[in-house]
Amino acid sequence: MPPHRRHSAPGLFPALLTLLAVFLLAFAARAADRPASAPSPGTAGSSTADHSRFEALKGPFKDGPDVTKVCLTCHNEAGHQVMKSVHWTWDYLNEKTGERLGKTRTMNSFCGSPLSNEPRCTSCHAGYGWTDKSFDFAKQENVDCLVCHDKTGTYKKIAHGAGHPVYEPTEFPAGSGKIMNPPDLAKVAQSVGDPGRENCGACHFNGGGGDGVKHGDLDSSLVKPARHVDVHMSPDGANMACSDCHTFNAHIPSGSRYATTAKDTHGKDLPHDDHNRATCESCHGDRPHAAQGKPKLDDHTDRVACQTCHIPEFARGGVATKMLWDWSTGGRKDANGKPVFIKDDHGHLIYSAEKGDFAYGENVRPHYAWFNGVTDQTTLTEKIDDSDILVLNRFAGGADDPKARIWPFKEMRGKQPYDPVNKTLVVNHVWGPKGDDTAFWNGFDYEKSIKAGMAYAGMPYSGTYGFIETRMYWPITHMVAPKEDAVACEECHARDGRLADLGGFYMPGRDRNALLDLAGFALAGLVGAGVAGHALLRILSRLFRRRS
Amino acid sequence: MKVYVYKRFERFWHWSQAALVLSLLATGGEVHGTWHLLGWGRAAQVHTLLAYALLGLWAFAIFWHFTTGEWKQYVPTTHRLLEIGRFYAFGIFRGDHHPYHKTAAAKLNPLQRLAYLFLKLVINPLLIVSGLLYLYVNDWTAWGLGGLPLETVALVHTGAAFLMAAFVGVHVYLTTTGHTVFAHIKAMISGWEDLDEEPPADGKPHHPAAAE
Repeated sequence: MPPHRRHSAPGLFPALLTLLAVFLLAFAARAADRPASAPSPGTAGSSTADHSRFEALKGPFKDGPDVTKVCLTCHNEAGHQVMKSVHWTWDYLNEKTGERLGKTRTMNSFCGSPLSNEPRCTSCHAGYGWTDKSFDFAKQENVDCLVCHDKTGTYKKIAHGAGHPVYEPTEFPAGSGKIMNPPDLAKVAQSVGDPGRENCGACHFNGGGGDGVKHGDLDSSLVKPARHVDVHMSPDGANMACSDCHTFNAHIPSGSRYATTAKDTHGKDLPHDDHNRATCESCHGDRPHAAQGKPKLDDHTDRVACQTCHIPEFARGGVATKMLWDWSTGGRKDANGKPVFIKDDHGHLIYSAEKGDFAYGENVRPHYAWFNGVTDQTTLTEKIDDSDILVLNRFAGGADDPKARIWPFKEMRGKQPYDPVNKTLVVNHVWGPKGDDTAFWNGFDYEKSIKAGMAYAGMPYSGTYGFIETRMYWPITHMVAPKEDAVACEECHARDGRLADLGGFYMPGRDRNALLDLAGFALAGLVGAGVAGHALLRILSRLFRRRS
Repeated sequence: MKVYVYKRFERFWHWSQAALVLSLLATGGEVHGTWHLLGWGRAAQVHTLLAYALLGLWAFAIFWHFTTGEWKQYVPTTHRLLEIGRFYAFGIFRGDHHPYHKTAAAKLNPLQRLAYLFLKLVINPLLIVSGLLYLYVNDWTAWGLGGLPLETVALVHTGAAFLMAAFVGVHVYLTTTGHTVFAHIKAMISGWEDLDEEPPADGKPHHPAAAE
């Protein structure tokens, strides 16, 4: 028989040590947080030309086109380049769906159509003088260079000037007593530079007719955002300008809402080979988490858009975005016949006789859906199904489509005029000069304004109008939060998490097979009951044996 | 008499395995969405680390079983199986002695042999294979498993985990059925156990059939 030693230290001790080590490792994995990166200069000028020293730019200039003509004397390709861009054409052919799109065709749940409302809407056209259908898209001097390249911050287009700034001191809004002064065009022309956030923001932050109205992730807070609002654009973050991601190639911007890159399999745009840095992957690659010690997160990037986790909420900068626009209630007047306007406690217009009812949102959790980049837009001429809520832009893709990823969206609820006989949406002539009573904002009569809008657009109109409830989805991609604010695992991996309504795939923590769980817990219950019963019988029988 | 039944590595393996399995059940339940302890992300991370720790432990344990010949302890037999079943169903309440004579060389009764073999050949492999697949879900296409639904793998893993939980419950309870309530547990801690008869003089392990 082999000699036996007494073991005073049982095997349990090293086992516990191992377990402790495993736990320590797990908790240490989270610790490494890097300090914020140093601010970068963004697009600070490194131009080879000082525009203030060009004789030709000393002016005087009578209007915008006068400046453009001078710009084109040196930048003799710039006009042609801009005229090919969507900033000028407002025209887009979606090659994936074959749909001809653009602002005059694609319908939205906000203002409606620029048709018949041009002078108002084209204040955001990168050109001058688009007052009606006769606008000459071939005339180079109508390109507006200054709106994008002004660095003085004084060049502003007036809301209904068809893209022009004012050239005389003008009261705006009319009757407000506020005077809008004309910009010093010579000074502006001499201080041109690369577009900054204010330049792009002048239009893109004000889509839908006001600050933050349309997108939800684009508003004036991005001019100088705090780090927690936008980690890229914040002066305390990467201090980047819009065009650092939306790279321009010969004046053609990258990044499109008509043809979204829902999954950038090209990855890093280095060294600038696909000329498109508008995706996150262009700079971060498609597996950026492993280097941060979180490789499991990289297992998500093929099916979950970066934005889904990294933009936990939109409208985070203190500017509310419009979540609902109900045109059907528009036109109300008070006892004195004056149009009614009502503001809420925050100063937000919640009712306007011109536009109807509004609802707003700040710090809004997005709506989530599968999206493969292909969008089916509702155009003006399209037959619609009015038996249900009309979704204006329908996204393709699903769990079974490898090109699709889960994307965050702003869900815009609308109720807008349509033709219930012809089954089309309609052009509503909202803006017109003083005295044009067919314009809704003058006459407050849908009967007339829709008739005028449809006639202008050359569209058939039955003469009856109704209101249809609509939904429109806006992909959320700006206002990227610092990584410490990213959506946590358990916000989706939960029974009632952010993705509770998204079907077609199995997600741990959210999904289970109820039958299997029932069987499993029944088994555990049976074991428990069996053990308890057996133990009880043992105790009772022992007591019984002792007594007898 | 006191016999040295459980070797040092065997006890280390047993208890660390017990701790790992219990922690895996706890974190696994959270990953499954049944309860909330650490937060889902942390639970999944810890569950993964524990799983690799258990795999490492099992690799050592398998090596140990084969190099020491201890694997023979698990060779199944139906010999006296019914008798042992009857003991747990009736005899134990009458105060009968356990019908199996445990020795260091044949320390598992036929019921234990079958139960542990089922654990090692069915439950554990199901957990390992489904668990590893689960972890490497993004590589399935590269492995030629592109058509495999995640749900199937997840459900196999969950089902096997329920079996593991049931095993643990029964196993822990049966440790209380020794001479005293804690006799078996103490033996697994110290390695020494009070056995009815002496182990064979040569100390060599032998087949259970020969143990009678």
